Amino acid sequence: MTVNELVRECSFDVICLADGDREVKGCYIGDLLSWVMGRAREDNAWITIMSNINVVAVASLSDVSCVILAEGVTLDDEVKAVAESKGINVLCSQSPIFETALAVSGKV
Amino acid sequence: MSDELVFHFDIDGEDFTSAGQASVQIKKNLRQLGLPSEIIRRVSIAMYEGEINMVVHARGGKADVIVREDCIEIRLADSGPGIKNIEQAMQEGFSTASDEVRSLGFGAGMGLPNMKRYTDEMHIDSTVGVGTTVTMKVYFPVE
Repeated sequence: MTVNELVRECSFDVICLADGDREVKGCYIGDLLSWVMGRAREDNAWITIMSNINVVAVASLSDVSCVILAEGVTLDDEVKAVAESKGINVLCSQSPIFETALAVSGKV
Repeated sequence: MSDELVFHFDIDGEDFTSAGQASVQIKKNLRQLGLPSEIIRRVSIAMYEGEINMVVHARGGKADVIVREDCIEIRLADSGPGIKNIEQAMQEGFSTASDEVRSLGFGAGMGLPNMKRYTDEMHIDSTVGVGTTVTMKVYFPVE
């Protein structure tokens, strides 16, 4: 499933969609950035509540297909601009992490 | 030796929020060289962890990435406080990071273990009060 399709199927809000055709394979959940870099796999959807600038670097370096911010967390304009410039897909779920993961489950 | 390609970066230790710029840049550079994506991922993640360490603990430093015929070598050098006990620092979960660093999602004690995990060779030279040099190598798969 692509990021575009995931947005539609799960009714996520779009914060920035730099490459919506990117394929999503699997999912990783975590807020400790080094932990995410150690464990997330390429093309995973990454669910987190962290929203600082380092999230953009970690998403880029880990090659995740998209970041899904749970609990209605959003990005500052400055961080959003960096995410856009780095080609990172960032979505927002109004649900808590568990429900967000359930929504993604079985689709990726 | 003429086949070596060296990328040099000065890591700014003042601004924690901009940490990672060198790693993101090296990722771009390695992509332009057409290297395998898994190799690029390993190098850039290992370098990012090193970059964060240099910013958090040593007020910045210098990074060199050397692309050779058989491997990519990453050399990170700082003039920070040094690592008192390398064996302890290598343990997952051990961290001396501040609460501020932790609140940003780091300081989980995974930095050095991740650098080891993502590279084929890693060597740490550290002297308390003088600084730390970390050398890592990622080998290209043999065809």
